[in-house]
Amino acid sequence: MKTKNLIALEGNQAIALAMKQINPDVVAAYPITPQTEIVQVFSEYVANGEVHTEFVTVESEHSALSACIGASAAGARTMTATSSQGLALMWEMLYIASGARLPIVMTVVNRALSSPINIHCDHSDAMGARDSGWVQLWSETAQEAYDNLIQAIRIAESVNLPVMVNMDGFITSHAEEVIEPLDDEEVKHFVGEYRPLRSLLDIEHPFTVGPLALQDSYFEFKRSQAEAYKRVIPVLKRVADEFSKITGRKYDLFETYNLDDAEIGLVVLNSTAGTAKEVIDVLRGEGKKVGLLKPRLFRPLPVEELREALSKLKVIGVMDRADTFGGFGGPLFTDIRSILYDVPNRPIVTDYIYGLGGRDVTTEQIFKVFENLENIYNTGKVESLVSYVGVRE
Amino acid sequence: MVDIKTYDNDQIPAWCPGCGNFSILKSLKQALAELDIPPDRVLMVSGIGQAAKAPHYFRCNLFNGLHGRDISVAVGAKIANHNLIVIAESGDGNTYGEGGNHFIHNIRRNVNIKVFVHNNQIYGLTKGQASPTSDLGMKTKVQIDGVLSPPFNPIAVAIALNASFVARSFSGEPEHLVAMMKSAITHKGFALLDILQPCVTFNRINTFKWYKDRVYKLDDSYDPTDRISAFEKALEWGDRIPIGVIYVNNRPTYEEQLSQLKDSPLFKIPITGIDYSDILKEFR
Repeated sequence: MKTKNLIALEGNQAIALAMKQINPDVVAAYPITPQTEIVQVFSEYVANGEVHTEFVTVESEHSALSACIGASAAGARTMTATSSQGLALMWEMLYIASGARLPIVMTVVNRALSSPINIHCDHSDAMGARDSGWVQLWSETAQEAYDNLIQAIRIAESVNLPVMVNMDGFITSHAEEVIEPLDDEEVKHFVGEYRPLRSLLDIEHPFTVGPLALQDSYFEFKRSQAEAYKRVIPVLKRVADEFSKITGRKYDLFETYNLDDAEIGLVVLNSTAGTAKEVIDVLRGEGKKVGLLKPRLFRPLPVEELREALSKLKVIGVMDRADTFGGFGGPLFTDIRSILYDVPNRPIVTDYIYGLGGRDVTTEQIFKVFENLENIYNTGKVESLVSYVGVRE
Repeated sequence: MVDIKTYDNDQIPAWCPGCGNFSILKSLKQALAELDIPPDRVLMVSGIGQAAKAPHYFRCNLFNGLHGRDISVAVGAKIANHNLIVIAESGDGNTYGEGGNHFIHNIRRNVNIKVFVHNNQIYGLTKGQASPTSDLGMKTKVQIDGVLSPPFNPIAVAIALNASFVARSFSGEPEHLVAMMKSAITHKGFALLDILQPCVTFNRINTFKWYKDRVYKLDDSYDPTDRISAFEKALEWGDRIPIGVIYVNNRPTYEEQLSQLKDSPLFKIPITGIDYSDILKEFR
């Protein structure tokens, strides 16, 4: 067994390192807090000749993703990164990328949306892009973000769909963490050479991207696009298997923690899952049957697998770091609750909206969530299906 | 009487010591005080950037929106209430980069708003990347081999679009700056004031001294209504940089051309009790 190569990196630096090792053909990006460092560190790799990437600095995120779309359609392995308003400004291009089936890979350093302006973490940016046809991977730590990004290349290019890799702004992007990167050669071998099905620069086989499709054909395009997402789950599992063979790190559609014999479960994305694990350890020490499910793949939603994993629980608390204003709880909650609708003796599912705009998420808050869930477990009564945690009211 | 303190609030500016923004902030308060304009008549609109923080430090109406979009918001507010003095205040990245499209088309539209651009030739808020006005070849942490695209020339672009008022000043010449701000505010029509400003932290080339050694004031012999000489002045950059009112074109404002705005601001026009029977006749 070879010695572990451990280094201390901030989440953003880990992402930039993964990008260097992937060595994409084109990166087009625009700076936005807290993503800026990714682009900045990557630009050094470009300047030092450590990558062969064409690096394009543009005047907005709309232009950044537009340039990526052009590059990807022309057959280039293409990556970018953004946050918050940057992702919001990319919105109309997100649908072009997925509709045109372009395997662009983007890191989203999750940050709250204006107004009022805020630069800190929540998930409203990525959740706003939930239905845009991008595959969404989520990452608890810098290590997971690094690993996800490398695997995202393989997933995107296998199913011809764009993939976004999410990690929490500042909490993960700016915190230094010991990570174990792969060797450059290992990554090069793992991602392989990109061979697009067709490309704009293939003059022997000209083709058109995105032409007018009206009532007679648009629906068929969208129907076939919907079919493509079914391939993501088997591909993700295959890629994760291969990845674990070289790293020993196992990835799946989601991670479970003390869930097998649990009666009360928590479902939460990204870094808060780490905080929740601490709480679960304490509660387990008190003999309480509590567990966690942390989704890794959120789009497409692994419906069958989530149902299987969650259906035996009695009470489930979903923690959402985004609200759906005027809707029925957070986006993760509505999905989880809906998945369990057909389950006999289905668990009670409640929602806790937390941490908006970077509000600190403490173990105390998560203890309170479990306390609330335990009350529901004991009494069968739900006072509020959707509640807010850690906010002054 | 309005004085400079009228516009003070309790916020402490989050800028680096020595930043050119301080002098711009003070100059605008001074200009508004000298024009005796009370804060309730002023709306400051800003986007995102170090410059776009400026309105936070004013006691007046304020709308802080998205990167590059302040001019559009300012136009909307001015059309709804043309009694307001509307100042869009942001930086070069915001106004000439991401907001470039709005900059171009609102110059054409000629809404009577004031656009004050803190131009430090760098992205300060995101810590030192090249902006649209960074000089060719300037090296930054992202543009490590130097900027490849020639800079955006806001003065030339504005003159090409027949802007109503185009001026340039320098944060290191506060008296001049106050005078330019007053001229822009009192001018009837879209007014661009490009304000050269050192970024003491991230731009080590275009420093206070760099600007100080180069700027010179246009004197009375210069005729800002002559478009051809205005173009000549707009293209002067390098060893000598002209500051002053570079171009004036007194053309009708957008608001003046809208008959519904003649009598009163839009927000005061009642939407009930309107006799539309004549219009309905057409459809009978």
